[in-house]
Formats: sequence, C-alpha cells, structure tokens
Amino acid sequence: MTTDPNVDSPRTAVSNPPIQPMKANLGAGDVMRASAMPDLAPPERELTPVAKLIDVSKCIGCKACQSACAEWNDTVPEIEHNVGMYENPHDLTPDMFTLMRFTEYDNPDTGEFEWLIRKDGCMHCADPGCLKACPAPGAIVQYTNGIVDFIHDNCIGCGYCVTGCPFNIPRVSKADHKSYKCTLCSDRVAVGQGPACAKACPTQAIVFGTKEDMLTHAEARVEDLKSRGYDNAGIYDPEGVGGTHVFYVLHHADKPALYSNLPEAPRISPVVEGWKGATKTVGLAAIGLAAVGSILHGLLGRANQVSAAEEHEAEELVERSERDA
Amino acid sequence: MMARRIYSQSGDHIETTAPVTVSRYRGFTRANHWVTAASLIVLLLSGMALFHPSLYFLTALFGGGQVTRWLHPFVGILLFLSFLILFLQLWRLNLPRPEDATWVSHIGDVVRGEEEKLPELGKYNAGQKFIFWGMSALIVVLIGSGVMIWEQYFPQLVSIPVRRVAVLVHSLAAVAIILIFILHVYAAIWTRGTLRAMTRGTVTGGWAWRHHRKWLRELAGREKRDPAE
Amino acid sequence: MTNPWTDIKNTDLVIVMGGNAAEAHPCGFKWVTEAKAHRGAKLIVVDPRFTRTASVADYYAPIRPGSDIVFLMAAINWMIQNDKVQWEYVRNYTNAALIVKDEFGWQDGLFSGYDPEKRDYDKSSWDYVIGDDGFAAIDMTLENPRCVWNLLKDHVSRYTPELVEQVCGTPKDRFLKIVQMIGECSATDKAMTSMYALGWTQHSKGAQNIRGMAMLQLILGNIGVRGGGMNALRGHSNIQGLTDIGLMSNLIPGYLNIPTEKEADWTTYMSSRQFKPLRPGQTSYWQNYPKFMVSFMKSMWGSAATAENDWAYDWLPKLDVPAYDVLRMFELMNAGQITNYFCQGFNPILAFPNRGKVTAALSKLKLLVTMDPLETETAHFWENHGEYNDVDTASIQTEVIELPTTSFAEDDGSLVNSGRWLQWHWAAGTPPGQAQRDTWIMAQIFQRVRKLYQDEGGVLPEPILNLTWDYADPLDPTAEELAKEMNGRALADVYDLTDKTKLVAAQGKQLANFGQYRDDGSTMGGCWIFAGCWTEDGNIMARRDNSDPDDTGTYLNWSFSWPMNRRILYNRASADLEGKAWDPARKLIEWNGEKWEGYDVPDISPTAKPGDVGPFIMNQEGMSRLFTRGLMRDGPFPTHMEPFESPIPNVFNEKMVGNPVARVFVSDAEQFGTSDEFPFVATSYRLTEHFHYWTKHNRINAALQPEFFVEISPELAAEKGIAKGGTVRVWSKRGSITAKALVSRRLRPLQCGDKLVHVIGIPLHWGFMGAARKGFGPNSLTPFVGDANIETPEYKAFLVNIEPATTEAVS
Ligand SMILES: Nc1nc2c(c(=O)[nH]1)N[C@H]1C(S)=C(S)[C@@H](COP(=O)(O)OP(=O)(O)OC[C@H]3O[C@@H](n4cnc5c(=O)[nH]c(N)nc54)[C@H](O)[C@@H]3O)O[C@H]1N2
Ligand SMILES: Nc1nc2c(c(=O)[nH]1)N[C@H]1C(S)=C(S)[C@@H](COP(=O)(O)OP(=O)(O)OC[C@H]3O[C@@H](n4cnc5c(=O)[nH]c(N)nc54)[C@H](O)[C@@H]3O)O[C@H]1N2
Ligand code: HEM
Ligand code: HEM
Ligand code: SF4
Ligand code: SF4
Ligand code: SF4
Ligand code: SF4
Ligand code: SF4
Ligand SMILES: [Mo]
Repeated sequence: MTTDPNVDSPRTAVSNPPIQPMKANLGAGDVMRASAMPDLAPPERELTPVAKLIDVSKCIGCKACQSACAEWNDTVPEIEHNVGMYENPHDLTPDMFTLMRFTEYDNPDTGEFEWLIRKDGCMHCADPGCLKACPAPGAIVQYTNGIVDFIHDNCIGCGYCVTGCPFNIPRVSKADHKSYKCTLCSDRVAVGQGPACAKACPTQAIVFGTKEDMLTHAEARVEDLKSRGYDNAGIYDPEGVGGTHVFYVLHHADKPALYSNLPEAPRISPVVEGWKGATKTVGLAAIGLAAVGSILHGLLGRANQVSAAEEHEAEELVERSERDA
Repeated sequence: MMARRIYSQSGDHIETTAPVTVSRYRGFTRANHWVTAASLIVLLLSGMALFHPSLYFLTALFGGGQVTRWLHPFVGILLFLSFLILFLQLWRLNLPRPEDATWVSHIGDVVRGEEEKLPELGKYNAGQKFIFWGMSALIVVLIGSGVMIWEQYFPQLVSIPVRRVAVLVHSLAAVAIILIFILHVYAAIWTRGTLRAMTRGTVTGGWAWRHHRKWLRELAGREKRDPAE
Repeated sequence: MTNPWTDIKNTDLVIVMGGNAAEAHPCGFKWVTEAKAHRGAKLIVVDPRFTRTASVADYYAPIRPGSDIVFLMAAINWMIQNDKVQWEYVRNYTNAALIVKDEFGWQDGLFSGYDPEKRDYDKSSWDYVIGDDGFAAIDMTLENPRCVWNLLKDHVSRYTPELVEQVCGTPKDRFLKIVQMIGECSATDKAMTSMYALGWTQHSKGAQNIRGMAMLQLILGNIGVRGGGMNALRGHSNIQGLTDIGLMSNLIPGYLNIPTEKEADWTTYMSSRQFKPLRPGQTSYWQNYPKFMVSFMKSMWGSAATAENDWAYDWLPKLDVPAYDVLRMFELMNAGQITNYFCQGFNPILAFPNRGKVTAALSKLKLLVTMDPLETETAHFWENHGEYNDVDTASIQTEVIELPTTSFAEDDGSLVNSGRWLQWHWAAGTPPGQAQRDTWIMAQIFQRVRKLYQDEGGVLPEPILNLTWDYADPLDPTAEELAKEMNGRALADVYDLTDKTKLVAAQGKQLANFGQYRDDGSTMGGCWIFAGCWTEDGNIMARRDNSDPDDTGTYLNWSFSWPMNRRILYNRASADLEGKAWDPARKLIEWNGEKWEGYDVPDISPTAKPGDVGPFIMNQEGMSRLFTRGLMRDGPFPTHMEPFESPIPNVFNEKMVGNPVARVFVSDAEQFGTSDEFPFVATSYRLTEHFHYWTKHNRINAALQPEFFVEISPELAAEKGIAKGGTVRVWSKRGSITAKALVSRRLRPLQCGDKLVHVIGIPLHWGFMGAARKGFGPNSLTPFVGDANIETPEYKAFLVNIEPATTEAVS
C-alpha cells in the first residue's frame, strides 16, 4: 500500500503506517461536496476512495476503539450510571463519536445464543444525508476519498444533520452548539495514518485502507464466516446511500436490524428529500412570485382609494345618527 | 356605550365627526401588532437564511449563523405569544358571517377595487378573516413543528422520523405564512388608508364607509335600537 | 506460557477455559483472531458466563464455577475411550509407562495417606517403583496394571459425560461436542492451545485444574509443538517478571528456593536440590542448581560470599512455614503480629478476600507505607466514605505515609510478558510532582537502613552491611544497571568446562547465557533464567527485529525470551523419536544427524542424540508427568473437589468440604457459609474496560464502565423481583454490598443433578477513590482461603444471597 503523498491519496491500510512525518495532504482542494454550497468548484484531484471496515464477527467489544477515539479527539465523555447494560456512554454523544452496541440474540436456526457487538458511528455515506440537510455553507464537506467531515467553524448547531442522517449519528454539543461525529480521523488520514480506532483495535476487527482493498478483504472474511456455518454472512455497504466508507462484515447480513437496529435499507428519507428538494424550489419560487407580483401590481396597478364622496357619505351617516340620538 | 356589538370591538368608536375619523385599534393593540409584525419579519429573514443556501447571507443580519440559529426559535415564541394576545382580542370579529360568502363570490370586484357591488361588511372582510385564520393556524403549526426541531432545547423530544416530518411541515408552513404575510402587507398598502389603522389607530370615515360599512353604522349607532339610550 | 503469544496463530483449536482472554488479554487475543482468520482455527469457550470471548467463539458451553476438574477428567476419559491419544508421544514422552507403588490408591475422593488431623497427606506412596538400578521401573507395553497409564485410565473412568452434566451443569451434548473437537487434535498434524488464567487458578484446588488440562494436552501430544501448549495468560504487565524474579516469600530469583528451617546448612540444602536422573542416560537440568545458586549468592554479597562461608548461606532467611503468602501475612497482621507494612503497587483492601478482615488488619498496624502513583483505597482505608467504606476513623491509630511513585509509562525497564519475553521499554512521559521511581525510593530507604546498622548495629547486620550495592549512584540505581546484574557477569576469567584452556568470558564481562554460570564463585548472576538478556552485545531485550523465517511465530531476534532465548518450551517434543518433526508443517527443531537445529533454540542439549535423552529435561525421568508423584500437596492426579462454599456436596464424598489439604485459618473457617443460608454461587472477574482498581482514576475508562454492577440471569431476576438497572444487595457470610443489576441471558441457571444453580457475576473494579462512581467490588464477600499448593485465594466460587435493595445506593 502506497503511503507516498505524491503518488496517491492519503491512506493507510492494514499494513503499518509511515513513521516519517508527512505533510498534511487532505485539504480544501479535495472537497467534492460541501453543504449548502451548490456551486462548489470541482476538486483539484481525485483521491482513491478509502474505507474503514468493521468486521463485527471479529469484534470482542473491548471498547479500545472508543477510548482511542476519545483520546485522539481529546473529548471527555461523561461518567454516567450503570443502567443495566454494557453500552457506556449509553448513546453516541458529542464527546463519544463511536459506541459499542451489544445485542443478545437467540438464533432460532441454530439454537445458539449469540452476543452481537457492533461498533456504531458515522458510516461516511457516499450520499450523505447529513450533508444534504445541512443549511450552513461548508459545515459538512465530503472529500474525494469519501470522508465526510464536519467543519465546526461553519457549523451553526441547528441539528439538521441529525434529521438528515439515515443512521442517527451526529450529536450537537450543548456546550458549543456544534455538531460532532466520527471524522474518519481525517486529520490522521491526512498525514498517512489510519484512524485511531483502527490502530487501537486489538483484533483488527477494524481495518482501514482503500475501499477496493477493504472490499476484497471483506469478501475473504465473509467466506471464512460461511465456512463456519454463517450462511448469511455478508457485507453491509448499503446501496441506498451510494455505499459507505465505513462498512461492516456481518454474520447475519440478511438481518442487519439484529445489530442494535442497523437500518435494513438505509437511504436518505424521502421526507428529507422532499424538504430539501421541491419544498425549497417551489417554496422559494412562490414567495418570490408573490413578492414580485405584489410589488409590480402595486406599482402598475391602481390602488384602492377612498373617494371624497365616500368621506362625505360617512359624515352624513355619522351626523344622522347623532341627530337620531 | 353599546349593549351588544356585533360588528365592532369594544373601544372602537368614532373619534371626530368633521371630518369623521374612527378609532380602529387601541394603542396597546397596535403596539402588540407591531411586535407580532417585527417578530415575523425577523423569523422570516432568519428562517429564510436557513431555508435556502442562496439566502444564507441573511444570517449576517443577526451576527452570523449561530445567532440566527438560536434567535429564530425565541422570536418564534415571542411571535406566538404576541399573536395569541392579538388573537384573543380579534377572533370574535373574524368569525365568518353570511355576507362573507357573497364577498368571496365577488372576489373579482374586490381585486379590481370595485367595492360598490359588494355587500356591506363588519370590521373585517373575508380576505382579512382568511389572513387572520390562516396566520393563526400556521403559527400553531409553526410553533408545534418548530419546537420539535429545536435542537438546542428539545433534541430528544420526538423521534428522528417525526422530526423529519416536522421540519418539512415547518418549512411548508413557513412558506405558506410568508405568502399570507405578503398578501396581508400588500392588501394593507394597496387598500389606501389602511395603514394608519395600525399606525395612528384611526381610519377616515370614508375608508370605513367604503370597506366596513356595517362596522361604521354600528359605531354610528344606526343599528342601535335600544330606547333607553 | 509454554509458547509465546505469537505462536497462538499456529493453532487449529483454541480452548479458553478458566479465563476470559478477549476481555482480560485483548491484545494477546489478536493471535486467536489470526489463527481463526488465517488457518480456520476454531475457538471453544467454557465459562460460567457467556463472555466477550464467547461472543467470537465457534462453540460455547457453560460450567458451574469450581467444577472444572470433572470436565477435564471426563475429557481425558473420553479421549482414552475413543482412542484420541497421540500414542507415540504418550508412551515415550510422558511417564505413562512408569510403574507406581502398590500402596498408592484413591478412595472416596481422597488419595492414599490422608491425615484429617493434619489436613495433609503422607505422600510416600505417591511415587514410582524404583528398581535395583536406581531407576524407575517401566513397562513400555503399558500392560502393567500399576503403570501410570492404567492408573490414570482407572482414575478418570468415573468421570463420564453424565457426571459432567450432573456436577458441572454443562449439558451433555455440549460436552460431547467439545470433546469431539478436542479429540481431533490428537492427530500429529493438528494442535490445540489452552489459554487460561484465573478461572482456573483462583480456586482452592486451582493448581489441579491446570494439571488437568496439562495432562489432556500431553495425551494429545500438544506440548512442545507449534500451536499447542499450556498457556497461562499472566495478569499485570510484569507479573511474569515478578514470579521470575522471586517476589514470592519462598522463592529466590529464577525459581530457586528460599531454604527452610530444616535446611540449616548449605550441604543439606543442596542435597535435596540436585535431582538424580530416574531413567538411564537422562540429564536432569537441576544438576546445575549449584551454579545458579552460587552465582546468585555472589550477586548478593560479592566477595563476602565465599566457598569458606558456604557462600554466605547463613545470611539467607530460613522459612519456618511453607511460605509467608499474603493470606498468612494478613492473618498475622490481624493477630497484631505485624506492625509495619510497606505496600508497594498493591491495593489489598480491594484486591484481597474478606475486606472486613483486611481493614481490621490494617487498623492494627502502627505504620502503613504505600508506594503508588495513585491515592489508593488502601492508603485511605481509615477514611469514612459512607456505606462504601464505613469505618470509625477515630478508632484507627495507624500512621499512613503515601509515597508517590512513577508508573510503568514513566520509567525505563523491562517487562516480562506471559510468553516469557523480556521486552525493554522506554519512559513515555515525565513523572508529575514529587513522584519517584520505585528503585529510587527503595535505594533511599536501603541506604538509610544500612546507615542505621552501621551506626547502631542490630541483630544479624551482615546481610545488610555486605550487600553488593555497586551502582554508579547508590541512591538511584538505574534500570540498565539492575538488568546487567540480573544477567550476570564474570568475576574472574571463566573457562570452558570441558576444555579448560578455552576462555568463555573474561573477568568483568557480561555472561552470554547461564551455561557460563559457575559454582566456584567466578561468576555472579541475579537471576539465572534471565542470563542472556544483557550480554556483551548489549541490551538484548531492546531488540526489535521481527523477521520470522518460515512464519513460525518464534521471532528469535525480537527482545529476549527466557530461558536462553527459547520461545517454545519442551520444543524437543515437537519431533518424534528419530528427531523428525511430527508434522513437517510445524517444524521447530530437528535432529540433523549431528545436532538439533531449526527455528527455535533447542530445549535439549544441542548434541543429545534422539532417544538418548528424554525431552523434558527439567524432570528427573526426562518425561512429562501424567502422575506428579509427590509434587502437589493435593494429589498426583486431579480429583474433583468442591469449593469451600458450594451449593452441592462432593459427589464422591458428601463430608468432604473444599480441598481437604488447603490451609484454613480457624477464624476464617467460622466464616464459611452454607447453601441453606446462601443459595447462590458467585464468581468474580474483571471487565475489559478497566484494569483492577486503578483505571477508575482515569476519566475515559471511568466513562466506558462507570458504575459497579452485578450480572444475573433473567430467571434469578424474576425470582427475586430484580429489575434491569435496579439496585440490589448481595451478601455473604462475610459482608454485604450494593450494586446495580445487569440482567442478562448470558448467564444461565445451571441444572446440576436435581439442583438448579444460579450464578451471580461480580466484576471487581470499583472502590471509593478515583473518577468512576463509588462502589464495591466482590471482596467484601469473598472467603479467606487459598489454593492448597500456592495459596491463590478462592475468588471464583463462593456463596451469596441477593435481594432488591430497598434504598437506592447513593451515587
Ligand atoms: N481488562 C483487564 N484485563 C486484565 C486485568 C484487568 O483488571 N482488566 N487484570 C489482569 C490480571 S492481574 C489477571 S490475573 C488476568 C486475569 O485474566 P482472566 O483469568 O481471564 O480474568 P477473570 O476475569 O478474573 O476470569 C476469567 C473468567 O473466569 C470465569 N470463571 C469463573 N469461575 C470459573 C470456573 O470455575 N471455571 C471456569 N472455566 N471459568 C470460571 C469467569 O466467568 C471469567 O469470565 O487479567 C489481566 N488482564
Ligand atoms: N474477588 C477477586 N479479587 C481479586 C481478583 C479476582 O479475580 N477476584 N484478582 C486478583 C488478581 S489476579 C490480582 S493481580 C489482584 C490485583 O490487585 P492489585 O495488584 O492490588 O491491583 P492494581 O489495581 O493493579 O494495583 C496495583 C497498584 O499499583 C499501582 N502502580 C502502577 N504502576 C506502579 C509502579 O510503577 N510502581 C508502584 N509502586 N505502583 C504502581 C497502581 O496505581 C495500583 O494502585 O486482584 C486480585 N483480587
Ligand atoms: C412559532 C415559533 C417558531 C419556532 C419555535 C421556530 C423554530 C424553528 C427552528 C428550531 C428552526 C430550525 C433552525 C433553528 O434552530 O434556528 C426553524 C427553521 C425555520 N423557520 Fe421557524 N420557528 C418558528 C416560527 C417560524 C415562522 C413564523 C417562520 C416563518 C416566517 C419560520 C420560518 C422558518 C424557516 C423558513 C426555517 C428554515 C427551514 C428550512 O431550512 O427548511 N419559523 N424554525
Ligand atoms: C410590515 C408588516 C405589517 C404591516 C404593514 C401590517 C399592517 C396592518 C394593518 C394596516 C392592519 C390594519 C388592517 C385593518 O385594520 O383592516 C393590520 C391588521 C392586522 N395585522 Fe398586520 N401588518 C403587518 C404584519 C402583520 C403580521 C406579521 C401579522 C401576524 C402574524 C399581522 C396580523 C394582523 C392582524 C391579525 C390584524 C388585524 C386584522 C385582521 O384580523 O385581519 N400583521 N396589519
Ligand atoms: S452516517 Fe450520517 S452523519 Fe455519517 S455521512 Fe452518513 S449521513 Fe452523514
Ligand atoms: S448542526 Fe452544523 S453540521 Fe449539522 S446541519 Fe446544522 S450547521 Fe450543518
Ligand atoms: S475514525 Fe477516528 S473519529 Fe472515527 S471513530 Fe475512529 S477514532 Fe473516532
Ligand atoms: S477495538 Fe476492535 S475489538 Fe475492540 S470494541 Fe472496538 S472494534 Fe471491537
Ligand atoms: S495490558 Fe494493554 S497491551 Fe496488554 S492486553 Fe491489556 S490493553 Fe492490551
Ligand atoms: Mo492477576
């Protein structure tokens, strides 16, 4: 796997990352889409798509990835209570970009009990609902290597990304009112390092590299699982969002919902599409027409004037009534 | 003064007789209306800034996106409260009456400004009533949906699918209320002599005669049949 | 571990039983993942709970805590019944063929020679028949009814799949599936690895659990081969180093022994150490004992240790009891017989059983000194923390001094991992505040104590006054200096033992390996097994060359592995009688006609012809032992013993409680509970999110697992009306705790005969200091009794009761 910054995109893979310092090699010129910026200039180059593969069947739920993520991103997750489960914190938070989710499952086909542990976090969708929903120009960007990143300086904290995301990932901070989620360690990738979570993962349940390599690797993993009796093992790289740059190997790819409600067929919700599509164009047009129409009518049309006769009529009416009184 | 008003609000009265001026809104009502109006304008500007990227520049009016984001819902609350007061005062006179149907059926004449062919009206015509009820309904929809998408305080209030519907509804309602608002403002300007009802509080006798004759008659006591007075 | 961590990638079958490798050794567990991914290896987990290791296993079976011997003996029985035996290995490399004395026997759960008064065995019958030639009698046909094999066969015949179901609560079909999977590894081209830890050790018969699996592995021919082995997953990062360096009261570095009172002089001591071979031609490695011992004495007292004064033997302490293990120390402390306690890197009030007793013991001290980077519960045992530490502060007179130390990340040094690799590490940060390295603190104390002896004298001042202390800065020995001392060096020119003209190490030079150790005082070395770690070539532990010819996983040029840089112990057994690898694909070393060579350092004299010398050179018979003779206090074969607190009586002997030879202090015996009062079995363990009692000081770890809880099955929750996330009270005969309830189907009630046994799981990471929420661990509840051989406390099986708590715990 190349790590020469000049040859190719910043990326690392299962192999060891470079130990020589490298200049940051992922920047504004690599952005292919940005929120609320329909007329963005095309990117300066095409990077090789990267991906983080999470092999759920290898994951031992140790949470090393969670702690590495907090360490690297310098977040301080809250010390909560135990509420009778292993998920801690209990959900993704602005300070916890990734979370191990645990599900107990009695497999009706085999009669075996299974404990399914899934690392939850941003999927880095090729078609990101968060980006689609975001109203702030440049608050969410997508690089040509597939990483979807939040640019906090531009974020206004409206939470539309939460609404837009098909995976319920972003979390808006109460402290600084900015939205947070996994960055796919864009800052590390930029200097040729893999994500912190992948680095920390003791079982290599998390691996990182080009999407292509990761797919090949994933296919081999699926074969292995099939050989162990998981006939429905497969890759979770959902089409509906154009594929993702974080994707899973699942033992039960036919039932993703088993894994703490991983969406069966995620896609940007039609409601969101409607909200961000027709509503905007039609709405804006209607408002524009109404405004311009009334201005024009006001200028060109005849106003509804009260005539002197009518003033007189009124006076008469009032006088009459006073007389009557 | 009058035992039973049908077409007018208590407080409405004929202020001077030559020329006739009619008091249409008390100071408090006017102030309140302008609070409502100002809120809506702020909401409109701030909302539209988020509504479409081409209008995002409007956030600059408020000091940036973050301020726009937090300000908008608070102003929404202000709008809701001030409009509520307005509503409580005005809803009765905005109830539909039989003459409204005739008025609507002559909408062409209304638009052409040929009011001679229209029935005599109370304080409000059907158009105004439409605006009144339209705004009332939309404000309820807006506050309802607005709170559901209010990330800062109610991030978990509704599920994400509901939230998606809420934001869609909010946008649609916003568009609708903006259209109504334009109609309202335009009507107020086009119908000359109306604006002063909300500025000075009074209208001329002729204006009242022309647009709201029943209202004028009632204030002038023509309909008054109480012998004790 | 017999094999290194990296070797696990070579296995075909991993059995994690008596441990929870994925949670307690997540990084090492990566090699299991490797084996699975690259070799299609299978993983079996046998644990009372469905653990995170089980979550990635191919097959799981539950087991009642404390019943593993039944499972293991039944597995051996099944192998024998179904001919899943590596016969050539068993016949030649184990003591299967040796003949045992006629007096040896087993009845009603006890072996011959039991004395209930002494709670001990007379072990004289537990031995081979010794022929007139001085060698053990043997029958290679395995027909003699008194040969080890036939005794074993008879011994394990009682352990049937039905008994497993009845005693362990493991469903029979699960047991059978597992033994079938294991049985496949008796083939020479298949290997199974056993990964275990406290699930086996923390029982009053812990050592016998491990014996059970070791025997099974020998029968399958899996010891000494790639991908096989008995792999004890050690705990703290340097706990292997701790045992190596002899931090146990009865050990000298390198597993030499502290003399007992009975061994009043050097000759007596040595006479029982240099084992005589029990088979013709066999070399017994322990014949080198004097070289190691003398070199050790020279490292201690240098020129003051001479042949004339028996190498200063008199200055060594002599044990009056088998060991001053920690249980005994706290017993003594509680009896007021210990007044000062230096507590270094240890948090006994949380770590040790029966917290009530430990707290009482600490309260009787005059002085408690803790050396720790953190403010531990032990250092603050006298503070009242409400229900979490409800002590009467005013009544405690102990003076406590906290000495802040650095942590492992703040100093240089080496850590010995479970695979016996000494890996050098470098400080990654500077210590905060007044923190000082442990060695600095100890050097300061030592110098002051020595000064006191110099100035004021005292009882037996010599060992202190004469102690070698030749560090550049006597107040601050460096890790490098200590490492060199452990390795050993020539005090005079050292010559080859056979060719006296050949100089092997000039005076003052670092020794290359323990083969250069001498018993004439010409060498010194603090820990013979570490010899080779810092030679004239420099710091061997700092090597980081990961080349690995043939992908054996041995990595001979990565750091240093004791002994002799050998990676797989007993690797001679990976080859057949002719010296050819059993499985060419698993070659480690082979006999090339002249010497042994291959990918690992041979665990045999390089020129010892195959057939001449048995592969297990540390044993007098050169064979591994299916029958341990008198080496274990509780029997030469493992026999089922219940925990001291058990829900059901021993099936072999209703009256037998616990391990019949385990040491029990009188006051503790009174504190054992019975199943009428305490119907539920509790077991304690760690969680992957925390390391014992100190990561709770770290905010991120605390966030990942914030609050103390216990795990129970939905059935028990329903029976007791306990809600998920609700608060419960759990109590034993010794104490009571409150915790959150985690209700999970990962815990199943076990049907043991006609008794339904509920298991309550208690993780151990909480206390009243640090960032996490205040809580308890299990040790307010656990019994104060240890393994019969090594005194590891019985943390893994005890009795409790549970109820929903009426008041919410303050948090
Ligand atoms: N994350 C983490 N890792 C650690 C530590 C830590 O504190 N935290 N501590 C380190 C230390 S010092 C040590 S010693 C090791 C210990 O490593 P392990 O021994 O693996 O750890 P434990 O969690 O004590 O116990 C392991 C398992 O034994 C099971 N068990 C209990 N009783 C029985 C029994 O009778 N039979 C069988 N078959 N299983 C039983 C328990 O359910 C538990 O799952 O871990 C080391 N690694
Ligand atoms: N019920 C129950 N009890 C158990 C167990 C169980 O399974 N069940 N497991 C047992 C086992 S296996 C173990 S190992 C013990 C663990 O018991 P402890 O060894 O007491 O546990 P730790 O928290 O690891 O304590 C080590 C202390 O060393 C300190 N320390 C770290 N680095 C350094 C250093 O460089 N120098 C010094 N001086 N101190 C340092 C830490 O801050 C910490 O306070 O618990 C035992 N207790
Ligand atoms: C009545 C109470 C109202 C509340 C509580 C409210 C709340 C909100 C909230 C929370 C948002 C999301 C952005 C943000 O957090 O700032 C929003 C967006 C918006 N609001 Fe409101 N609002 C209200 C009224 C209105 C009104 C009266 C209008 C119309 C003038 C309006 C127009 C909009 C628009 C256009 C958007 C952007 C929607 C989009 O991007 O599609 N809001 N509102
Ligand atoms: C710049 C903006 C506005 C202008 C110039 C304006 C002007 C006026 C005028 C002149 C009147 C008196 C009409 C009459 O007496 O017949 C009036 C009435 C009223 N306005 Fe506005 N207005 C504005 C904004 C708003 C807004 C934003 C709202 C509500 C959201 C509103 C609600 C009303 C209501 C309820 C009445 C009472 C008449 C009725 O019930 O229809 N106005 N406005
Ligand atoms: S998972 Fe959600 S937050 Fe992540 S890229 Fe997709 S839509 Fe955006
Ligand atoms: S919260 Fe920030 S990132 Fe999310 S949609 Fe709003 S501006 Fe965009
Ligand atoms: S890729 Fe980086 S930001 Fe994302 S979960 Fe992993 S460590 Fe956290
Ligand atoms: S670090 Fe790896 S094994 Fe551990 S929880 Fe995360 S993904 Fe799973
Ligand atoms: S001590 Fe550290 S390196 Fe070792 S297994 Fe635990 S987490 Fe991994
Ligand atoms: Mo341990």
